[in-house]
Amino acid sequence: MSTTAPLLIHHKHCDELFADAEEACANNDWATGEPAFARLNEQLETHFAGEEEILFPAFEAATGMTSGPTEVMRAEHRQMRDLLGQMRGALAARDGDTFGGAAETLLILMQQHNMKEENILYPMCDNALASSAVAAALAECLKAPVSSA
Amino acid sequence: MDPSLSFDQAPPISVPYRFFLAAPWFGVMAGLLLAWSGADALASRWTPGALALTHLIALGFMLQAMCGALLQFIAVAVGANVWRPRLVASTVQPLLLLATLLLVAGLLYGRPDWLSAAVPFFLLAIGGLVVVVALALWRTPATGMTLWAMRMAIGGLAITVLLGALLAEALAHGFAVPLVELTDVHLAWGLGGWALILLAGVSYQVVPMFQLTRPYPPWFARWFAPLLLFFLVAWSLQLFPGDARWSPMIALPLLLILSAYAGITLWLQHTRRRKIHDATSLYFRVAMLSLLAFAVSAAAIFLLPEIAADPRSAIWLGVLALAGVFVSAITGMMYKIVPFLNWLHLQRLGAPLSAVPNMKKMITAEAMTGQLRLHVLALLLLLAAVWLPGLSRLAGVAFAASCAWLGWNLVAAVRRYLDFRDRIRASGSHR
Repeated sequence: MSTTAPLLIHHKHCDELFADAEEACANNDWATGEPAFARLNEQLETHFAGEEEILFPAFEAATGMTSGPTEVMRAEHRQMRDLLGQMRGALAARDGDTFGGAAETLLILMQQHNMKEENILYPMCDNALASSAVAAALAECLKAPVSSA
Repeated sequence: MDPSLSFDQAPPISVPYRFFLAAPWFGVMAGLLLAWSGADALASRWTPGALALTHLIALGFMLQAMCGALLQFIAVAVGANVWRPRLVASTVQPLLLLATLLLVAGLLYGRPDWLSAAVPFFLLAIGGLVVVVALALWRTPATGMTLWAMRMAIGGLAITVLLGALLAEALAHGFAVPLVELTDVHLAWGLGGWALILLAGVSYQVVPMFQLTRPYPPWFARWFAPLLLFFLVAWSLQLFPGDARWSPMIALPLLLILSAYAGITLWLQHTRRRKIHDATSLYFRVAMLSLLAFAVSAAAIFLLPEIAADPRSAIWLGVLALAGVFVSAITGMMYKIVPFLNWLHLQRLGAPLSAVPNMKKMITAEAMTGQLRLHVLALLLLLAAVWLPGLSRLAGVAFAASCAWLGWNLVAAVRRYLDFRDRIRASGSHR
């Protein structure tokens, strides 16, 4: 298993949580939507933490690249956190249109972000961090969702 | 640092938009041309009207939109950074536009000098684009099937344009070349080797992305484009004298490969995780159903000579491929890309994120689904007009109207972008 394999699996897990939350809120089923959104929010934060606290520092230390791809990824994490905030506000106000618009934007941002990671950054990390302890640390960080995915 | 690693190099918003904004108006021109010339244009694939219509859609609509999408997509999807994208786009796009108008006018009015004049503009525009895109695609550190599909597609585009240039010069100067065979090979490379491989390569990424489907089966993504290329090369051998009985043995597997792409895409959409429908997912369905219909019809034409003898059968295939597959897929893609690029570039201006309207406020869902319905109606009318020539003018008007609505939706989105950009700048919150 490659270093970044747990993150790849976790992307799919987050996609599923996103679909659940979006579908419920689009149908104005707020009772289902509220906990579904909470799970999505929590798992995305876990994922960001795995990357920002474990993977990116290890990659930067191994390659000396601190202002390249990892910086772009961190900036996109901030944008995703902002959109999650908009979704949270819309959920509290039971505003399905605003929730749907922010969710659509989050989905596309998240997917093109994942695409850049999966096609470019993760292969670079796998090369730079082969036989390091990062894989085990990532698996531990993402443990619960990966085993249930 | 290796410059190819700074993968935030999404090009300036004007790069894709310059192409996207032009594309629908060529569709409007095609619709108006059909409405003006009526049933005569669709009598056979060799009428001046049919040749002009084909190139208005293939070069004016499809190639414009695909060039814009390619310059945007390869930076994000495969980290391929094009050299000076703004300069490339602002050179290639007007040259391509001019070349297309010259070629179409030359075909329509039978003017050899205009055909000949179009050739250097095409070679310059597409040659330049192929060189900068190919360089970017070979330098990127990324891997994967989408990257390989992009590389093959850009090769397919180069072959298509060279064959097209040869055809235009042959028509203009009366060179002794096998015109029918050369045309069949040219269109197979254009529709298959360039457009379909590009669409498939993009699909590997965006179908799972937009609809949260499972990924395409790895065996399919690995073999689709190489097999398609293999059969295209075999198909091209008809340029050399040989045994014509071989051609169904090349065409039928080729059609089977197309059907596999359409069938798998429809299956992935059917079993998708995201339950919400939108104009993009419906447009993709229309495109894939058209591709299946194309494959079945083409197989029937190869197997049943009495159908092949009717010149309208080639027009039927042309309508399915151009208006059914590619105009649909491209429109669906633009309805996702344009709202997202508006949002992405606005929030990069540094305004508080909550001040930037979300994607659904860039083009309304009603405007997109209304235009989709009109497009489907126009497509059905065009298909009916192949066999009921009395419908040709009405079909032309409907197609022109649906393309004009698309053009208007894109213009409205760009105006919204400019409006919010000015507001953000006026508020002084930008970086």
